[in-house]
Amino acid sequence: MGILQKLTEKPWLVTDHATAEDSDEVSVSAAPTGLYFYFAVATVLFLIVAVMYLMRMGVGHFGFGLDWRPTPKPWLLWVNTFVLVLSSVTFQQARVAARRDQADRVVTLLLTAGLFAFAFLAGQLIVWHELAARGYFLATNPANSFFYLITTLHGLHLVGGLVAWSYTTIRVWNGVEIAKVRLSVELCAIYWHFLLVVWLAFFCLLLAT
Amino acid sequence: MAYATLAEDLKELHHPKSWVGKYIWSQDHKYIAVQYMMTAVAIGVVALVLSDLMRLQIGFPGSVGFITPEAYYQMITMHGMIMVIYLLTALLLGGFGNFLIPLMLGARDMVFPFVNMLSYWVYLLSVLILVASFFVPGGPTGAGWTLYPPQAILPGTPGRDWGIILMLASLAVFIVAFTMGGLNYVTTVLQARTRGMTLMRMPLSVWGIFVATILALLAFPALFVASIMMMLDRVLGTSFFMPALVSQGQLLGYNGGSPILFQHLFWFFGHPEVYIVALPAFGIVSDLIATHARKNIFGYRMMVWAIVIIGGLSFLVWAHHMYVSGMNPYFGFFFATSTLIIAVPTAIKVYNWVLTLWKGNIHFTVPMLFAIAFIFTFINGGLTGLFLGNVSVDVPLSGTYFVVAHFHMVMGVSPILVIFGAIYHWYPKITGRMWNETLGKIHFWFTFLGTYLIYFPMHYLGLLGMPRRYYEYGHTAFIPDTAHYLNAFITTVALIVGAAQLIFFYNMITSYFYGPKAGGNPWRATTLEWQTPTTPAPHGNWGPNLPVVYRWAYDYSVPGAPEDFIPQNVPAFGTSRNHKT
Repeated sequence: MGILQKLTEKPWLVTDHATAEDSDEVSVSAAPTGLYFYFAVATVLFLIVAVMYLMRMGVGHFGFGLDWRPTPKPWLLWVNTFVLVLSSVTFQQARVAARRDQADRVVTLLLTAGLFAFAFLAGQLIVWHELAARGYFLATNPANSFFYLITTLHGLHLVGGLVAWSYTTIRVWNGVEIAKVRLSVELCAIYWHFLLVVWLAFFCLLLAT
Repeated sequence: MAYATLAEDLKELHHPKSWVGKYIWSQDHKYIAVQYMMTAVAIGVVALVLSDLMRLQIGFPGSVGFITPEAYYQMITMHGMIMVIYLLTALLLGGFGNFLIPLMLGARDMVFPFVNMLSYWVYLLSVLILVASFFVPGGPTGAGWTLYPPQAILPGTPGRDWGIILMLASLAVFIVAFTMGGLNYVTTVLQARTRGMTLMRMPLSVWGIFVATILALLAFPALFVASIMMMLDRVLGTSFFMPALVSQGQLLGYNGGSPILFQHLFWFFGHPEVYIVALPAFGIVSDLIATHARKNIFGYRMMVWAIVIIGGLSFLVWAHHMYVSGMNPYFGFFFATSTLIIAVPTAIKVYNWVLTLWKGNIHFTVPMLFAIAFIFTFINGGLTGLFLGNVSVDVPLSGTYFVVAHFHMVMGVSPILVIFGAIYHWYPKITGRMWNETLGKIHFWFTFLGTYLIYFPMHYLGLLGMPRRYYEYGHTAFIPDTAHYLNAFITTVALIVGAAQLIFFYNMITSYFYGPKAGGNPWRATTLEWQTPTTPAPHGNWGPNLPVVYRWAYDYSVPGAPEDFIPQNVPAFGTSRNHKT
């Protein structure tokens, strides 16, 4: 049933077989719905930051931001981006392996994916140090402020993901049946893809400005 | 769409054994709801006392020694922020959302009970951070409840040292707490409805809470970003919102930031916030009116659509709070238009409430009195909203008491009346006991008439040009003595109304221990929460079997039915209403 049909139902009519929708397909877990709603929240959050970025920069004749000096983009950012892509790809493989009940493969792939994620975070920290060493501090310039703000927000989301990742990995490691952790692996993978898309979008924004 | 399957899945509820597990670290949505309510009411009382103190200063300047200009602004700020966020939002969504959603939908609990518990404790943390700001050096922030920069973080503003930092931190923590709760409410509505509970059979309370939660989930991130950025400006010296400026003879290190950006962020959250509070109130009041007028709600589908449309439109009107910020007139024109369009679905709702009452078998119970009082107050506040929605009217009025009157009518008194009505209505289900009717009515008349005596005259003060936000008026040519007498009168009434709330607390507390047993369904209502096997409902709500829903929530006074209500879980015996209502 489409949403429009649902919203135009006439609820005051009582039918004898009151549960006309019983035959509908049922999704067994609420977790994906919860996660998708969280994506909506996070998307709004990151979009607002991006809009603030453009407005503060002075795009669209808002007239602010005459003091805007673009932050340099160290080449390490490209490496980090590549590492994050690898992390996401590995997670996808873990997801596929989980569907195929290959427990050993799932453990290895999860560990690798997590390792890549940690490498990405470490890489971002190194970028911070490099920028700071060259005199680009948080408060030196609004572009820097946004750079640090964006990388922090994104990094914190990844750290949150790593909490779920460690929980899942430990369970697989301890030999919990794959059927019981399949959903966790799926959701982690989806979350990783989401964070990758967010990062790619911000990276493009940074490169373009 | 998932129905019973998921709800049945929740059978493995975590049943705590110890007292602490049951009452403190509870994962039962009903206990969490009560925890939310108690915390919100407790902090709300603080805000109420602050408002009475402010009124003392305005009505009888200098009568209370410790109210210095700084303290006055700190009181304004804390009163506003507490009432809007920590009381209304938390009570309506965290309190009633938690209590009503699973019960009304026939679910055993929220879908993520642990996250739900976490949500409450993080909310409590945010309240404690806020309260802590009363005790830090310099006291709480006095930046006004909208916290506009640059003023909010400049030297000379009260609470600039610690208060503002704690306020921003508290807001960020609150938003984290709300997001955890909100994801729960939305997912529960979508995934855990019992068999037969289609979206359009949901009671309007659930619809209101559901759409309001979606609004909140999408609006709070703006406030979150604003808090974080202002915090960075204040603590680490960034210039997101702070322009280059000289303060108290000193050139500050800020450069090039834009205070207007903050206003956009704040009101992009702030206007949906109005509906985050109003939509649950709309929903609840619809159910109260239908139940106590023994009549089906008029135009149920219209009511649902109106809620959804209002929710959508609320994201397109934020800048009507910023007409005086020097915006482009075309901008103002757009926002004035979208603001006035919201009046259409809102008016539909008001007409439908009135038409529900029309020829109804109206019982003037205490919840019904509050519901009807809400309609009056909301129309009142709504009409002045039409005035202020127009740029040319708003500009001269925006700095006056007219705005205070409008705002308190529509967003202060209206939701509070609904909250009182809702507490009286569901109290028997929460505690299993009934409150004292006489005390309830006394409380109602004091509150209803009192708030009118407080806020109605403020419209005249506003039209007179009496500026809001002032600590003291002194003697000015355009403010006649009568205005001062009126202020003294308002203050007197405000003190009486504030004290009258003690009747409410007395009633609630004594009834909990000594009230007569209420029975499972004292209002003879149709919705599922009144059909639980025992009252108060046990953990898991429904005993071994979930209820099955056969009809909508408003089968009151159905012709040919043995009683004037048919609960939602009663199958059709040919007593259905097979005609258009």
